[in-house]
Amino acid sequence: MSLSRRDILAGSAGAAAFGALPYRSAKAQAANTIRIGVLNDMSGMYRDISGMSSVVCARAAVQEFAGRGFNVEVLSADHQNRADVGVNIARQWIDREGVDVLLDVTTSSVALAVSDICREKNKVHINCSAATSDLTGARCNANTVHWTYDTWMCAKSTGGAMVRAGGDSWFFITADYAFGHALERDTSNFIRAAGGRVLGQVRTPFPGTTDFSSFLVQAQASRAKVIGLANAGADTTNCVKQAAEFGITRRGIKIASLLMFINDVHALGLPTAQGLVLTETFYWDLNDATRRFTNRVRSAMAPNMPAMTHAGTYAGALHYLKTVADMGVAAAKADGAAAVARMKAIPTEDDCFGKGTIRADGRKLHPAYLFEVKTPAESRGAWDYYKLLQTTPGEEAFRPLAEGNCPLVRS
Amino acid sequence: MDEIFGIPTPLLFGQLLLGLINGAFYAMLSLGLAVIFGLLNIINFTHGAQFMMGAFVAWMLLHYLGIGYWWALILSPLLVGLTGVILERTMICRLYKMDHLYGMLLTFGISLILEGIFRNQYGSSGMPYRIPSQLSGAWDLGFMFMPVYRGWVVVFALFACITTWLVIEKTRLGAYLRAATENAPLVQAFGVNVPRMITLTYGAGVALAALAGVLAAPIYSVNPQMGTNLIIVVFAVVVIGGMGSILGSVLTGFGLGIIEGLTKVFYPEASATVIFIIMVIVLLARPAGLFGRA
Repeated sequence: MSLSRRDILAGSAGAAAFGALPYRSAKAQAANTIRIGVLNDMSGMYRDISGMSSVVCARAAVQEFAGRGFNVEVLSADHQNRADVGVNIARQWIDREGVDVLLDVTTSSVALAVSDICREKNKVHINCSAATSDLTGARCNANTVHWTYDTWMCAKSTGGAMVRAGGDSWFFITADYAFGHALERDTSNFIRAAGGRVLGQVRTPFPGTTDFSSFLVQAQASRAKVIGLANAGADTTNCVKQAAEFGITRRGIKIASLLMFINDVHALGLPTAQGLVLTETFYWDLNDATRRFTNRVRSAMAPNMPAMTHAGTYAGALHYLKTVADMGVAAAKADGAAAVARMKAIPTEDDCFGKGTIRADGRKLHPAYLFEVKTPAESRGAWDYYKLLQTTPGEEAFRPLAEGNCPLVRS
Repeated sequence: MDEIFGIPTPLLFGQLLLGLINGAFYAMLSLGLAVIFGLLNIINFTHGAQFMMGAFVAWMLLHYLGIGYWWALILSPLLVGLTGVILERTMICRLYKMDHLYGMLLTFGISLILEGIFRNQYGSSGMPYRIPSQLSGAWDLGFMFMPVYRGWVVVFALFACITTWLVIEKTRLGAYLRAATENAPLVQAFGVNVPRMITLTYGAGVALAALAGVLAAPIYSVNPQMGTNLIIVVFAVVVIGGMGSILGSVLTGFGLGIIEGLTKVFYPEASATVIFIIMVIVLLARPAGLFGRA
């Protein structure tokens, strides 16, 4: 068979047209697709409060929002609790993968770095599991929403309760990075304001500290009434376990677990954890709505249980998607700051946190609950761990807008 | 009150004692590593994961079968040691004639896989494991409260270290092992089954890691990454002590535990790095380590 010049021309024109078709439709599809990147710790000590369970919750929100005229894709990656790794992934996602919103972002040091990138690239950062109150304070920006909790809230709720109960002298065991410093600073402010004293602190290397007995003995030697744990995850469980071993709690010294999640209580077991006082903004067994949410996601994240950070990831994603539906996909994709401004304008409502609002500095407001860990006799079974002691309304639970030094509020 | 460098003396004594206890863990873990390196020439990066498995098997025995701490102290090292034997027979034995790097890569890869499996199955928060009732409580030493369990750890670790050292240095079996390291074909010619001896040595090294894991379960969080933090320090201990030197790793383990303990008082921020600073200095001055043969 011989090919004429005309055949070749016709053939190539046809091939070009055929090739362009999927390309154009793919482009059109990308313009109508919101890409959510869940960036968190998938393999380290914060995996159980974030990890794949957060991806499950983000997908639950997406599923709830299906069929509104636009597509949603969920990507996920492990930042290994390292700011440099987190920054690289965030840049790659935004520059090459067309990610519109970074969700979850556990670990304060990584969160602060990713927050700067989202501002620089004008994308959205909904933080659901980092603790530092600086995200809505001195380091706040127009692209970030801080959802679940922060160090100020934990300091006020747990720290305040301990001071009211007579714990007026403190010694801190602090994880030596952004989160620990922020938690220690915020709690110290409350203690001093209530007339209490901070007798000392030790900064423990993070990660890499397994044995806290030296620090606990130093804390005990300071004769403080309360040992404040400005750390999280395995650091906190190791401290509580070893404090019980050294008989510190038996001799009347209180342990303030300033940031503790239900997964940590599960890891310690009730015989060791009973009586600890802690603050969360979500508990699976709080009311019918929280139980409903838990039933929806539980099987996909087993054997894990939703912590407040997972609830935050679900609720944050849901509210963002509501905003996108409201302002249009094109506008939401084009301008991250405008999307966040719109998120602040629309009131929030979900099964996990009920009704709430997002403040000008990016702080999501909802009630904080002070819980006491049940005794083994009080617990009806696995994961039935908390007794509600006190509820602080959203407006009082978080740092007042004027005190955060957020540039968005000052200008 | 008497003070040394601004630190009250009783507090300092307490810290020395705690350092010694942590040193017991370093000694036990580095002992297993030194045995494996000295006799098999393999840098066993799976050691941290095997330490973790020791603790997890203790938890599993209690949780699924109701078998307590004392039996776990025997059963867990046996079971984890058995996995070590299988690992050596199926994979590691192929690498003896190759460069160290291959052994390191294989064992490092296996440790990542093992940790991943446990993380997927049990999460990263950890599992509860309590101190056995016979060892709970504390002694009042005047300068500090000393938990009975920590005392038990030191005594038991010393016993395990001395026994291992005696077996390798003073028994006929130990003599065979040392001879096989020097010249395996010759020892085999005398009728000794060298491959089986090497396999059992690896199993014993792994069992030592698991034993340390069971000892650690009641006081540290039993989670899949519990070995990762410790193993880096333990490698530094082995390097400082002299690769392959059994006595060297035991003495260095206890010594560095004490130095780390003191750093926790004087400059806590550096307590995770002090061992590596010492490692650099030792390597500059004595590249074969403190007790190693150049």
